[in-house]
This record gives sequence, structure tokens and C-alpha cells, in this order.
Amino acid sequence: MQFLQLVISGIAQGCIYGLIALGFVLIYKATETVSFVQGELMMLGAFGGLACMTMLNFPFWLSVICAISAMAVFGVLLERLIIRPILGQPAFSIVMLTIGIGYVARGLITMIPGIGTETHTLPVPYKDEIWKVGTLVLNVEQMVVIAATSVLCGLLFAMFKYSKMGIAMQASSQNQLAAYYMGIPVKRINGLVWGLASAVAAIAGLLLAPITFVHANMGFIGLKAFPAAVVGGFGSLPGAIVGGLIIGIVESLAGFYAPDGIKDIAAYVVVLIMLMVKPNGLFGEKLRKKV
Amino acid sequence: MRFVFKTDYAQDIRLAKHGGHVFWYSLLMVFLLAAPWLIAEYWLAQLTFILIYAIAGLGLMLLAGFTGQFSIGHAAFLGVGAYTQAVFTNMGFPFPFALAMAGMLSAAVGVVVGLPALRVKGIYLGIATIAFAFIVEEVFARWESVTGGNSGIHIKAPNLFGWELSSGEEFYFLCLVITVTVTLGILNLLRSSTGRAFVAIRDSEISAQSMGIHLARYKTLSFAISAALAGIAGALYAHKLQFISPDQFNIIQSIDLLLMVVIGGLGSVHGAFLGAIFLIAMPQLIAMTKDYLPAVIGQAPGLQSLVYGAVLIGFVLGEPLGLYGRWFKIRTYLQTFPFYRKGMFKRQKTFQKSDRLK
Repeated sequence: MQFLQLVISGIAQGCIYGLIALGFVLIYKATETVSFVQGELMMLGAFGGLACMTMLNFPFWLSVICAISAMAVFGVLLERLIIRPILGQPAFSIVMLTIGIGYVARGLITMIPGIGTETHTLPVPYKDEIWKVGTLVLNVEQMVVIAATSVLCGLLFAMFKYSKMGIAMQASSQNQLAAYYMGIPVKRINGLVWGLASAVAAIAGLLLAPITFVHANMGFIGLKAFPAAVVGGFGSLPGAIVGGLIIGIVESLAGFYAPDGIKDIAAYVVVLIMLMVKPNGLFGEKLRKKV
Repeated sequence: MRFVFKTDYAQDIRLAKHGGHVFWYSLLMVFLLAAPWLIAEYWLAQLTFILIYAIAGLGLMLLAGFTGQFSIGHAAFLGVGAYTQAVFTNMGFPFPFALAMAGMLSAAVGVVVGLPALRVKGIYLGIATIAFAFIVEEVFARWESVTGGNSGIHIKAPNLFGWELSSGEEFYFLCLVITVTVTLGILNLLRSSTGRAFVAIRDSEISAQSMGIHLARYKTLSFAISAALAGIAGALYAHKLQFISPDQFNIIQSIDLLLMVVIGGLGSVHGAFLGAIFLIAMPQLIAMTKDYLPAVIGQAPGLQSLVYGAVLIGFVLGEPLGLYGRWFKIRTYLQTFPFYRKGMFKRQKTFQKSDRLK
């Protein structure tokens, strides 16, 4: 029973990692740039939700919609104003650029007087409730995370499979030039992908907020989403979620069965082993560069 | 306008290309040698930090700027060097021995980290180095019998065979000697065939391989040298602060080191120094201007990270070759005075030079 309990809380945590990793993978697949800003986008999303709920006194559902759509717009603007001018530069420039954006986001949030340096709780309706199923004690917050992630995955799957926009995104991520020749507006698609990735990050932030707290440094959890993305294979959307779940479960089990301190580095140990054994990840395609 | 008339192939690899170099670098050396008598003790300490960070920066520059392998976990090597130095110095070993051990142990760790670099590249390597850095940081915190755990460890003043270098001035000269040695070493390395092999790997692994460069050997070598320099810097850092704890070698420090080489200018030895000056001078500048800003902005804790981020974004967008690139343009303008053209340094866009198979 204890084992099952640990696995469930690991899955909930893993869903968060998976959602952030999903953002990385979306952006990587579409524009072949690696975004180090995903964790900060998540933090901004959580703060957005907090602002809607506590300052504007919106009801819960409206705050969620507002925060997510605001972050989507923010993502599109970010791509248009900062990322696009240097597309085509070496990949590392863009990595440094996103690190810079992360610094600015964290700095700006901490500069808001009275709010930025504090930790807040997000007043969600399902706070601190538990369900008892047999001997299992289920935390509703964790259940919501798992349910929301499953729904979101379903929606994303449907979008990529059936909608015109999703298929265009797939085409553009497979071969930008060919997609462009087919009349797909690749630039606009790139912007929308950033918007989508930011929205997913905001959802992750809103889901994580009731479990931990909302504070300026919560974006550092994004660093654990990298291992998730690598374990799943950097270019694979289902891989990101699976990788996140693996990392979450390993971490949760390590926290209980392994000595102190192993929990914090479990994710990194897993990713190092993965890189040594199977550098392309579980679902990654094996690709070699041609001359 | 200056025109260097080349009559000999040896001129191409000479360290000082013309009289101007000799003059200005001699002037810089004279200033650095006289610095303890010219500037106040506080600023001398800052100058010492610049030298220490410049050594670490040279290491990272060799790896990132010249070999093209990005390490986002370089603080781990800094930490390995610092802790090795602390342990050996506190056991009573003389400074040169402890320093050599710090450098060699870091290099050994660097080789281990470099191993994944043989299989993975680009962002995967970055993630491998981040993962490694987190693990090392945790080891520092948990291996309490050696590292003192989270409460940190004190380190005695460096001991050069009975001569205690306890004052700031003496330690400054020690750092200066090591920095100059390391810089000359790197400059020499870069004009040797090894250095050219590094640059070839950076520019294209496939073409380097087809020219007969043993990728595995040179990548590992680059990691080892880079880690050794970071270790030496870490050793000096430990002596300078006299107290080290695991949180000094966290991910923020790693990103700071990376920020240093990017803002300084990737692919130039000058860049490591300019970046170190930026990294040390920026907090001072912010502290100085704080009083003139409104309290809401000036007293906010996030100001420094905001400024760092904004400067980083500015450089990546506007001046990808960093401070050195800016200086290089100004210098070219002066050297070719009436003939400077606007498009001379136009950035070339390489649309989707993909790492993936298409």
C-alpha cells in the first residue's frame, strides 16, 4: 500500500515535470531551439493565476482561463520580439538568450514590492482535501494534477492528429523548408508553438501551485524537466510525459527507500545513466547527420 | 591607420603582432604589478577576484569558445578544486603541491564528464554537465567527513614552503603570477596544432574528423584542461574567501561562469578577462547606483538578476561576440580609419543549420 501511495504521489509530481518537458519538446521540435525559460514561464503562470484570484477576485475557473490565455499571448510576443530576430544563429546563442529571459523574469517578479519576495498559497477550491479509497489516502490536489494532465494530453493529441493547425505544426517541425513550400506560414506557426508551450507551462504552474507554494524561485523546477525530456527522447511529445513520469516516480521512491539526499539527485542520476545507455532517449529517433 | 607588413610566416603566430601590442600589454603589466600601491585594499581584493574568475573563464573559454563544447556545470570543477585545495592545505601540504592536486583532480573529474561528450553533443551535453554538477554539489553537502557538509569548511592561508601568504597583497601577487602563466599557456596552446584541432572541432566535427583529428582524444583533452583551469581557479577562490560551502558551487555559479564567457566574447582570450571584469564590476556598479534610484527599484533584491538578464539579452541580440567583439569593431574602425565600411561585420544568417537529419 505504501508503495502504491508513493507511486501515486510520484506520478503527480511526474506529471508536472512532464508538462514542463512538453513545453521544451514542443519548442525544440518546431524551432530547434532549446528554451531554458520554461520553468520561469511556469512561475509567471502561477503568479498570473494568483494575481487574478487574490487581486482581481476572479472566480477560480475564470482565473485559470485568464492566466493561461495571458501566458499564451506572452509566449507569442516573446517569440516575436526576442527569439525571432536571432533565429538562424548558433543554437547556443538562443540557449543563452532564454537563460537571460529567465533572469529578467525572476528579477522582475522579485522586484514587485510586497509580493515578489514572499511565498504565497494559491487559494484553489480543492485545497487540502483528501479522498480515502480503502487504505489509500489520496490527496485531491495530486489527483487533479493527474486528471488535468491526462485531459491535456488527450487534447494535444487530438489537436496534432486532427486539426489543421496541429498538422501544420507537425509538418513544420519535420521539415521547415518543405512546409514553407506547401504554403504553411512557418513563422506564424513558430510563434503559435511558443504560445502553446507557454500555455502548457502556465497550466503546469497552476497545477503545481497548490502542492508547493507560489514564489519567485519555483521556476528552478524546470531544471528537473530537462532530465524528463532527455529520458523520453528530446524530440518526442509522448516521450516528454513518459520521461516526466519516470523521473517523478524514481524521485518519489528514492525519497522513501534511499538514504537522505538521493532524492534531490535521483533525476540527474537517471538522466546520466540514460545518456550513457541510450543517448536518444526512450522514444527518440536515431539520427545521424549527413555531410 | 596601421598596416602590418608581413614578410615571414612566423609573424602569423607571433604572440605580439606589432609594436602596439608590446607597448600596451607592458603598460598593463606595469599597472598590475604596481596595483597594490596604487589602489585601495578593497579594490585590490576585487582585482584578485577578477584574476581568479579570469582563470576559470579561460578554462571555460577553451572548452566553449574554442572547442565548441558547452558545459553548464562548470561550477562543479571550481568546487572540486576548492575542496581539494582546502583538504590538502589543512592537512599541512605546501601550496604548490595542493594546487597541483586541485588541478589534477579536477582534470580527472573533467575527463569523466567529458566521456559523455564523445557520444552526445549540443544540448544533451549541456544537460549531462548540469546533471553532473548537481550530483557533485550534493556530494559536497553529504560527504561530511571530508567537506564539512553544509556548514562549510575553513581553509588556512597558502603556505609556500614556510612562507605564509596571509596578507591581501601577497596573495594578489600569487594570483597574478598564476594568471599570467595560465594566459601565456593558453595562448601558446591555441597557436599549436592542438589548439588548431580544437578550433577545427568547434567549426565542424565531421570535417575535423575527416582531416584526421582524433575527436575523442581532443574533446577529452579539452575537457581535462578546462576542468584543470577551473580547479586552479577554485583553489585560489577557496584561499581568497577562506571559507567554502557547497552552495557557492551551485547552478547559479555555473550560469554566472557561462554568462561571463558569453558577455566577454566567445572565442577570444580577451573575452575571458573582459567577462571577468564585467562579472565582478557589475554588482559594484549596481551597488553604487542603488542610492540614486527610487527605493522601490534600488532596494529590490531582484535588481541584480534583472540587470544581468537584460545585459545578456542585449549582447546576444546585438553583439554576439560580446565585449571583445565590440572592442574589435572599434579597433578595426580606428586601424583602417577612413576605410571602415558599415557591412564589414554583418552577421551572417545560417538558416536552420540543422543538427537533426532532414
